[in-house]
This record gives sequence, C-alpha cells and structure tokens, in this order.
Amino acid sequence: MSTETIEKKDTQVEKKPSEPLLSKRRRKFIADPLSDDNPITVQVLGICSALAVTTQMKPTFVMAVAVLAVIVFSNLIISAMRNLIPSRIRIIVQLAVVASLVILVDQVLRAYLYDVSKMLSVFVGLIITNCIIMGRLEAFAMGNKPYDSVLDGLGSGFGYAWIILAVAFFRELLGSGAVFGYEVFAAIGWEDFPTNGLMVTPVGAFMVLGLIVWAQRAKTGYVEK
Amino acid sequence: MELINLGIKSIFIENMIFAYFLGMCSYLAVSKKVSTATGLGLAVVFVLTITVPVNWLLQVFVLQEGALSWISADFASVNLSFLQFIMFIAIIAAMVQLVEMIIEKVSPALYGSLGIFLPLIAVNCAILGSSLFMVQRDYTLTEATVFGFSSGIGWLLAIVALAAIRERLKYSNVPDGLKGLGITFLITGLMGMAFMSFMGINI
Repeated sequence: MSTETIEKKDTQVEKKPSEPLLSKRRRKFIADPLSDDNPITVQVLGICSALAVTTQMKPTFVMAVAVLAVIVFSNLIISAMRNLIPSRIRIIVQLAVVASLVILVDQVLRAYLYDVSKMLSVFVGLIITNCIIMGRLEAFAMGNKPYDSVLDGLGSGFGYAWIILAVAFFRELLGSGAVFGYEVFAAIGWEDFPTNGLMVTPVGAFMVLGLIVWAQRAKTGYVEK
Repeated sequence: MELINLGIKSIFIENMIFAYFLGMCSYLAVSKKVSTATGLGLAVVFVLTITVPVNWLLQVFVLQEGALSWISADFASVNLSFLQFIMFIAIIAAMVQLVEMIIEKVSPALYGSLGIFLPLIAVNCAILGSSLFMVQRDYTLTEATVFGFSSGIGWLLAIVALAAIRERLKYSNVPDGLKGLGITFLITGLMGMAFMSFMGINI
C-alpha cells in the first residue's frame, strides 16, 4: 500500500543529498503524525495500550516515554540494516529487534520505577505487539535512511503520547478527581467533587477515546467511508 | 468445577476486549463483516489454545528461576525469565507459521477461509497478552489450556457481536466526524457496560 510513496521519497532524497537537517520535508515527518495522520485517531493503530494504561497520568506518562524510546530506536536499527534483511523473514527480524528493545525497557523500569512497572504489568511486554511500531517499521524504516526514520519515529511516538495523555487526563480527572495524583478539586476547595466510577473502568476509556476521536475529526474534517 | 469457573470468568467477566483491551487493532479493523470477523475469531481461538500451553511448558521448563535443573543440578540457580518476551513472541510466530502449514495440508477449505488472517495473528496483542497473564497468574497446565481456549472464545464473541452491530449501523445516520472509529468506540463502551453485568457470576 505504501511502497509507492516510499520509493518516491527515496528518489527525492537521492536527488538532493545536502538537505538541511530540518528541511520542510523532514519537519513533515514530525508534524504529520501529531494531528492529520495521528497513529491512534486516524490510522487506528496501537489502541490496546492506549486504553489499558490510561486510568492515571503517571503510568501513562511512563508508558508514552517507553513507547517513544522503543519506536525511535527500532526505527533506527531496522533502517540501518534494511538492506541486509531478506524480505521473506523481515517480520521475524523486526519482532526480534523490537522484543530486545522492550526487554531493555522492561529491565530499566523494574530497576528504577518498580511501582509503575507493577502497575503497567503485562502492558510493557505488549509494546512488542503495538501495531504502531510494526506499522512504522514496515511502512517507513524498511525504505528510508536512518536519520529520516528517527524523525518519523519521534513524530509517531509524540502523536501516540499526546493522545494517551489526553485520555488519561480526562479519566483521572473525572474518575478520581486528580491529575498526576494531585487532588485538583480538593485544592480549589471543592471537597465533595462527585467522581465518576465509570471513568476508571474500561467503559470510560472507550467513551473518552471515542469522544476525543470525534472532536479531533470534527476539527480536521476527516470523514471515514 | 474450578475449570468451568475459570472458563466462564475468562469468556465473560475478564473478556480480553472489554476488560483488558487486548487485540483491539484487529478487532477494530476486521469487524466490518460478520463472516470475516468469524473467520478471524476462530483463527484466534485456535492459535490461543495452542500457544498458551506451549508457552507454559517453555516458562516452566526453560525460563523460570531454577527451571533448568532438570538438565543438571548445576543449572538450578539460572534464571532466564528476562528472555520471556522474545521467547514467547518467537514461539507465537513459529506456531502461527506451523498452524498455517498444517491447516493448508489437512483442510484446504478451512485454509481458504482462515488463511489470510493467520499471519495477522502473530502481532495480535491478545495472543501475547494471554501468555503473559498465564505467567503472572501461576496457572497449571490444564488451567492454562482452558484459559487460552476460553479467552479466545471471549474474543470471538466480542468481534462477532461488534461486526453484527456495525453491519446494521450502515443504515443509520451517524454524524460525520463520528463515523467509523468514533462510533465503534462508543458501541464498544456500551457493550463493555453490558458485559460488566456478568461480574460476580460464580458456578
């Protein structure tokens, strides 16, 4: 589906080799996934973790950073060895690279942020099967130079991060009346703020993400067939 | 009795989709028609029933702390559990490949209907997720098998139900921005609410 666009980009790169570090074309790699081509709300990838970890801001933030790290480095590694990978076994090579990076992230979390790591439980491991990462590797890193792939990884990572942080913000605010564990409503003197228990359950996650998708699409004017 | 309880729990109460959001990507992408949704759901049940017990064996006889002591007493202190993710995903990818080849040989008709979905399953979070839950909850081999099978059934139930609703949705007037993904999330939320009423069922 996207092989054509990749080839087109490739020839562009070869024509002008001395391109500025942040040219207009490269800025697009970062800017596009933030809104018009967001991995979650437009491409519908990586939903599993977007919903599961978002009951509170803190684990969500850690998760966003973890995914960002894995996506940037896996893009870099796969892009650097893209010409060495036989296309028949590329999926398993990609999985192996991603899985090794996720093991690193998991070990770091266990060493330094044990309580958050416990809270995220299996979802750290599930970064391996996060479709955003596999999607970017397959559609971008396999056909582009390492530096462009890193930028693309950063763009997709931030696009993912802001959506899950937005979901977590509403869920934590309405579900437990707090932001990053800080009791907002108690602080402004509204002690008996009626928290909505539904927001903490999975149902709240589906609803909030559905409404965010609606709001974002109303703004960008994107209509699904 | 315990096993039936575990089965009911994994199908309805701790449904892969409504309680843990696992396998959402393919759940959203392949739920436009009931027939394809059923095909993918069956493939997931099949692969889950095989991979969860196989990963159990791997965990108990290779990865766990002291698991290698069956080779020789020298390995009793070896703990390979940090290799869990990469081993599990390798087993899943290999199993999916194997299942694909076996089905192709044994039943070409089934292969025709499931074939295109099988490669997709290797990166379905529900499969890896079940294996990780199995380790976290210390299941025995029989429990792991029942857990794998019934998680798959729960997933099948959810995707077929959603596909049926979405088929009907074609005839209703949904606001433009909400079309597709947005309304699917809201429906899933409502379905999740319905599934919450199963909570506390015990046989």
